[in-house]
Amino acid sequence: MSNTTALTTEKKSIWGGGKSPFSVSYGKLMMWIFLLSDAFTFSSLLVAYGFVRHTYPSPVKNELIKPMQHLEEGFVEQMQHVGYFTDDKWPLPELVFNHFPFIHGMHLPLFFVSLMTFILIFSSVTMVLAVEAGHRMAKKEVATYMIWTILGGLAFLGCQAWEWTTFITEGARLDSNPFGPMAFAALFFIVTGFHGFHVFSGVVLNVIIYLNVLKGTYEKRGHYEMVEKVGLYWHFVDLVWVFVFTFFYLI
Amino acid sequence: MSNLHHDDHSHDNHNHGHHKETFISKYVFSMDHKMIAKQFLITGIIMGTLGMAMSLIFRLQLAYPDMKFPFLESILGQWGKDGKLDPNFYLALITIHGTIMVFYVLTAGLSGTFSNLLIPLQVGARDMASPFMNMLSYWFFFLSSVVLIISLFVEGGPASAGWTVYPPLSALPKAVPGSGTGMTLWLVAMILFIASALLGGINYITTVLNMRTKGMKMTRLPLTIWAFLLTAVLGLLSFPVLMGGSLLLIFDRSFGTSFYLADIPADLAGGIERVGGSPILWQHLFWFLGHPEVYIILLPALGITSEVIATNARKPIFGYRAMIGSILAIAVLSFIVWGHHMFMTGMNPFLGSVFMLGTLIIAVPSAVKTFNYLATLWQGNLRLTPAMMFAIGLVSFFITGGLTGIWLGNAALDINLHDTYFVVAHFHLVMGSAAIFGMMSGIYHWYPKMFRRKMNETLGQVHFWLTLVSAYCVFFPMHFMGLAGVPRRYYANSAYDQFNVFIDMNQFVTIAALLGGAAQLIFLWNFFSSMRNGKRSEQNPWESNTLEWTAPVEHIHGNWPGEIPTVYRWAYDYSKPGSEQDFIPQNVPDEGQVDEQVEPNPTHFEPSKTKAPVAARETVMFSLVKRWLGFAK
Repeated sequence: MSNTTALTTEKKSIWGGGKSPFSVSYGKLMMWIFLLSDAFTFSSLLVAYGFVRHTYPSPVKNELIKPMQHLEEGFVEQMQHVGYFTDDKWPLPELVFNHFPFIHGMHLPLFFVSLMTFILIFSSVTMVLAVEAGHRMAKKEVATYMIWTILGGLAFLGCQAWEWTTFITEGARLDSNPFGPMAFAALFFIVTGFHGFHVFSGVVLNVIIYLNVLKGTYEKRGHYEMVEKVGLYWHFVDLVWVFVFTFFYLI
Repeated sequence: MSNLHHDDHSHDNHNHGHHKETFISKYVFSMDHKMIAKQFLITGIIMGTLGMAMSLIFRLQLAYPDMKFPFLESILGQWGKDGKLDPNFYLALITIHGTIMVFYVLTAGLSGTFSNLLIPLQVGARDMASPFMNMLSYWFFFLSSVVLIISLFVEGGPASAGWTVYPPLSALPKAVPGSGTGMTLWLVAMILFIASALLGGINYITTVLNMRTKGMKMTRLPLTIWAFLLTAVLGLLSFPVLMGGSLLLIFDRSFGTSFYLADIPADLAGGIERVGGSPILWQHLFWFLGHPEVYIILLPALGITSEVIATNARKPIFGYRAMIGSILAIAVLSFIVWGHHMFMTGMNPFLGSVFMLGTLIIAVPSAVKTFNYLATLWQGNLRLTPAMMFAIGLVSFFITGGLTGIWLGNAALDINLHDTYFVVAHFHLVMGSAAIFGMMSGIYHWYPKMFRRKMNETLGQVHFWLTLVSAYCVFFPMHFMGLAGVPRRYYANSAYDQFNVFIDMNQFVTIAALLGGAAQLIFLWNFFSSMRNGKRSEQNPWESNTLEWTAPVEHIHGNWPGEIPTVYRWAYDYSKPGSEQDFIPQNVPDEGQVDEQVEPNPTHFEPSKTKAPVAARETVMFSLVKRWLGFAK
């Protein structure tokens, strides 16, 4: 008996500190601080975007084609010809990103990216539900919602792969861009790529957490705080996407 | 029964202290913050020696531009053919000298060493919040140092675009010889360095905020900890911006983008015409790090000085809260003044005046700090140990270098002074010399804590006086050269008659620099030989109040053998009227103190476990988010 008391006091007094001022564990505080600094990384890229974007005149208003209208072959060349896609003007995103998988020959401005955004935000919801289930120590539910979150993340990454493929097939490269200034394509690849890398890391983390949930690691530990910490990261990545989406597709 | 329990407990502790320590886990991949601090310090000293040696080589070139030094060929080979320094390698030397001194010595070597050593010991924690991340932080730094040193040996030489690596010299691999592999390795080294700084910074902040011992309120923290905390915040918020900027630069260099390049024809830029970018973008991103970086360097030195001056003046620090306020003010202001490095970029004069205003306002908290140091020294019972001498030296440099900062902060004056030796003189005094003096002060003061022995006092005094005199002799004349318009980074001023008139002054400066270099050899000897031969230190050699001196001289895991001491008072109870000694350590109980903060707190915080389980699924989103953010009780 004496042995166990010695052990527990040892464990409890490992930091021996006073009241935790923020009522959070050090791990969660670390995650918050990391996210703050990561926010600055993304800010620097988005500021660079703004800086470059600002040197070009605003896109021409689209008066040629309406949503759901028929999309002819050689649409990009046609747009170049009528002066919508030129080297000295920022292109209108809704004319660049207007494709949808399996639907050919239809102008669907930003439909696909809206779907992507919806998927990512929905995966945030399932993440919240996983965290909430963790508070109730409901192992099974945590596992279910984690799977949904992982699936959401994978689906988003798949969508991004498709979006990139389409963009590249149409001729966009880091150093050339049929839609307009080459900085448009370069920034698109770098910023969405950097974000996609974050989503990918998040999916990997989520998978690790999921496996640990199944193994019962957190049940033994007595709390599901790891789910919460990874959840913070996941929500942050979603939030960043909202900004990336706004900058690249809406403005 | 209770006796038995006690025995068990101590046995447990005993085991804890000695469990399977191999050479690798103790000295190499150590997770103990004290060992990591020593690793940072020794790596920093090695890098510092390298950086200083480089400066001596280019000082020789500046003083004797037409003379031949055969030894240069034997150490530099092709770069010193026939004893003449190669002009391209001159640029490489100033670049790497700046990079090493700013990042490797005064960021990692200074804040890495003392944050690691002092944060857990002074706030009363067993170790950093995450010892593993702390270890990673050192090894990323080590890797980064290795990559930077490797870049000295690649074809074309190391990066040569100045420590600020402005494009296009840094963005076009064929611009100058050093723009090739050397520049790429510079960027790789920087990204590793940023990773190290972030891992360290997250740890420092979390440890200070969350791991304080009982009774250690924020307003009882020693000023060192306040300085390290704000330093970590600055690094955490500014280094990522350099990371983003470097990422774009890497794409410009290697993948044909043109974020930083405007109108570069294809034949100069690897077959792709570069249009549409702007080198000014890099300057903005760089200086958004670059200016806070100045304070990342300076604040830890100021924190160390506060501690050393109060201890050795045997007086409470003057204006403790004003000191904290000025650190906070400097930290905030440092983020909104980066434009004063860019007055010459054709910036809108109105924007320039905004940056100028912010810059000049920084003089206020800086002056508060200076006057507080002077007021602390005033009528103190001074103990002029080497640490104290260096701390006073810092105050001296902070004044002389700071005053010229007010000149340079003026947009109108800066048009004259930009990129002249005046700037070189300014920042070498206020951030170079001052921060090095703070670092030296810290080394002399906490050497007993790190190595259980004291450094030789006489050698320390000799080191101080030689360094002080040589630093002033090196940097003071540069002001006049700068006012006369001598530009920095020129290889041979003898090519221009109007600059060549300063050749005697340049020779004087170089001789002083050689003297300063020799003085550092005394320090190196003192530092390394004292590890074996120094006088054994008692537990509290400087009769200081802070918690690190309540820990035993021998290093143990977890810092204190038993309970962590409880804190009952601030760190500056020196010469308190009515007390027998002239110092009262922070863990001495204060009779009649009524403060619920020092009541022992029985429950160690464990997340979620203490919270009542949520009853139903229909929990409103708001409370969910609140709890998830950690605000709900």
